[in-house]
Amino acid sequence: MAEPLTIAARRGVRPRLRGLVRRIAGAVFVLWAVATVTFFAVRLIPGDPAEAILGGPGSQTSPEALAAVRAEYGLDQPLLVQYLQQLGRLATGDLGRSYALNMDVGPLVLSQLGGTLVLAVLSLAVAWLIALVLATWSTGRGRLAAQIGSGLEIVAAALPHFWLATTLIVVFSIWAGVLPPISTVDARGLVLPVVTLAIPLAGFLGQVMRESLTTALESPFVLSARARGESDRGVLWRHALRHAALPAISLSGWAFGSLISGAVVVETIFARPGLGRTLLNAVTVRDVPVVVGVVMVVALAYILMTIVTDLASALADPRPTEHGNGALS
Amino acid sequence: MSTKGSLAAGPNAAGPNPAVALRVRNLRVGFGDASADDAVRGVSFEVSVGECLAIVGESGSGKSVTARSILGLAGAGARVSADELSLAEESVLGLSETAWRRRRGRDVGLVLQDALASLDPLRPIVREIGDSLRLHTRLDSAERTRRVLEVLDAAGLSQPELYAGRRSGELSGGQRQRALIAAALALDPPLLVADEPTTALDVTVQAQVLDLLEQAQARGTAIVLISHDLAVVSRIADRIAVMHDGRIVETGTTAEVLQNPRHAETRRMLAAIPVDRPRGSRLAPAMDTRQTPRAGVSDRESAPVRPAVPATSAASTPEADSAALEAIGLAKTFRGPHGTVHHAVDNVSFRVPRGSTLGIVGESGSGKTTTARLVLALTAADAGEVRLLGEPWSVLPERDRRAMRPLVGAVYQDVLASFDPRLSVRELLRHAVAGAAPESPRSGRSWSSRSWSGRGGAALRNAGAARVAELLDSVGLAGALLDRRPADLSGGQRQRVGIARALASRPQVLICDEPVSALDVSVQAQVLDLLDELQRELKLSLLFISHDLGVIQHVSDQVAVMHDGRVVETGTATEVFTAPTHPYTQALLAAVPRLP
Repeated sequence: MAEPLTIAARRGVRPRLRGLVRRIAGAVFVLWAVATVTFFAVRLIPGDPAEAILGGPGSQTSPEALAAVRAEYGLDQPLLVQYLQQLGRLATGDLGRSYALNMDVGPLVLSQLGGTLVLAVLSLAVAWLIALVLATWSTGRGRLAAQIGSGLEIVAAALPHFWLATTLIVVFSIWAGVLPPISTVDARGLVLPVVTLAIPLAGFLGQVMRESLTTALESPFVLSARARGESDRGVLWRHALRHAALPAISLSGWAFGSLISGAVVVETIFARPGLGRTLLNAVTVRDVPVVVGVVMVVALAYILMTIVTDLASALADPRPTEHGNGALS
Repeated sequence: MSTKGSLAAGPNAAGPNPAVALRVRNLRVGFGDASADDAVRGVSFEVSVGECLAIVGESGSGKSVTARSILGLAGAGARVSADELSLAEESVLGLSETAWRRRRGRDVGLVLQDALASLDPLRPIVREIGDSLRLHTRLDSAERTRRVLEVLDAAGLSQPELYAGRRSGELSGGQRQRALIAAALALDPPLLVADEPTTALDVTVQAQVLDLLEQAQARGTAIVLISHDLAVVSRIADRIAVMHDGRIVETGTTAEVLQNPRHAETRRMLAAIPVDRPRGSRLAPAMDTRQTPRAGVSDRESAPVRPAVPATSAASTPEADSAALEAIGLAKTFRGPHGTVHHAVDNVSFRVPRGSTLGIVGESGSGKTTTARLVLALTAADAGEVRLLGEPWSVLPERDRRAMRPLVGAVYQDVLASFDPRLSVRELLRHAVAGAAPESPRSGRSWSSRSWSGRGGAALRNAGAARVAELLDSVGLAGALLDRRPADLSGGQRQRVGIARALASRPQVLICDEPVSALDVSVQAQVLDLLDELQRELKLSLLFISHDLGVIQHVSDQVAVMHDGRVVETGTATEVFTAPTHPYTQALLAAVPRLP
């Protein structure tokens, strides 16, 4: 697949294509690095993987059974061989077999991926909504509004997920009784987990947005627009919000990663199936292939999300960038 | 805040055209609480149809606030009051925001300085200009685009369809200023307010923009032209109002004000213009240059004494032998996107004899600043070399050059950006002094640790404090400023601190890159006088870079004119300015706005 692309790049067809090639190469590198780091990191977990396979470190196992398991999973091979075998399997998309659940990791992870993605994407959307409303409300309304906005954002950004989740459960499930404390199949079950993840993120996004919104509203092009007869709302929608969104879009790639790690806590608290809970369970029982599999899939999702945010940035800010072309020469 | 005569709304174009386009009586604008001084304190003027009134003043005089009040855009929190404010004899005093919006763009247009920032950098100009049409007409999108192309064409942007889809960042300075004016003129408003429309533009572009305003005026548009530059406004203004401290201190026809200035402020501004003033003559009254009494003759004697820097051996040889600074065949190319090659500096050679000033003049993009960086050896040249005091300089490895760095000082245009904003003036200067301490020639990057702690810290600090005081005094700043941060200083004070910092290492050569371009003309005059005094006192050799021909003519012994990376003409200041031989120099000089 790389062959025709390199030829195109050599012909210098389009810098955009060259950028794409560089993107893919970067993504492959990141995946390799993640696979390598996780492979060696899980070796540092004390205990014998073969024991974990046969029911955990406490279980009574015969040396013969252990040897058989080691041979079956290739654990008797030198470390380097195991590493290369693992890379080979990953390259073909084979994530291996779970020690604890006795099923292939690929289908397992895929079955859990959907729930977490829905959670993360919805949280990102809700966080954007809250941040936008807060930023536009608190900007251009005097110092007090700005301080209130900024204060709310700082508090929101500082809230830990576990505290927020339990507080929300106490308020909305136990006192008010309007929302279920654990995840249910219908949409109502999604509300509290999404809000838990969205509020701290909205704090971060809101801070960035409000600052760039303030800068944009004070810039000469806004004065020019007003001098043409543009209304406050027109200034906001046609000019300022777009400038305000740029840094928040860039931040969203990172935000997505943090949402997935936040999902570990939230899925556990709300008893919601998903990658986070799968990862936590796998770590608890030292189910190495599942840990590696989840990490690989999360890394891949993160890479894809970064590409999406870059595309969104390019769409919102079509100005040509310096590094778009020059870096290779 | 009275709401008299809000006749607005109706189609006012039907009535007979009143002769007065704008009348302002006793306009007052204040910000903050009522106790604070007003920015505008009782300003009255009138502009007739087809007339151009220039409001001239220095920064802080209230001219921009006055201009914005005409569009009801004095800003959030502004307290605006007036006995009368009317557009075409219709009062706009106390109009609601909605009523104002209907008038802005249709009855009055605004052109701001710096079109790069005044047009939304994310939107193509066709949409920026089309906004006026969208807001005030019922034209559909295709008709709007057609009209925008017409307006751009009328604004002198040939082949508008080529440029309409571009954003301000993709246009040249002249093109985007035309686009900005086109946006203001899209609906042909009877009144145009232009706030510093030519500031920061190259002289040739400046001339084109003034032509454009003149054409609009000829079509009957009344213009209020705000500027700090008397020479610029003299080209198109019918009348001039001089503002100072929130008041109009003098009004009259352009000829009256320029030839017979009655107010001291006007006379001061006129005297400060450096054009045609012989080298060495003062631009500002003497007391303005040095704000504090001098420490006496002692520092006059001590200042020229050089620290024992190894590379100064050349200084002992007869001075005529070697120039202070010599550039031989300098070249620098940059690679652009898509493999294009840009010759920023192309075979540039010049000499700065000791104790004299070489002025390099050119428009933006001519390679002046790249030349300065090459001379400072901050950028490596592709070809050629720079020699300092007869010694090799640019060819040395940076390790060896560092010992000679104290011999060269640099003063920049945007000094504020070159200061660490967290440091006070005292700390800035102390760092500069410590960095240049003669006992540590290889100071480079370890000055901070040495100056604040470690061995001999206290002694060094004391010596440093004395030198800091001396430096501050030599640039005419009061010691009270030592604990201020650069952001709290005025533009002129900042530039003085910048000069003091450049002098900290007792340099023999000073590279000044547009040192006065961001300053008001009277402050510019003081800084130029200061540089002139320092040069004579400290026997400095100056490389002075500017786009301003008047400034260059005033400060330079020798002049080099740069264009497209090359030096197209060199000679003494008199030769170049009175008998230019190169067509480019001739065109440049012809474009300079001059006082009649």
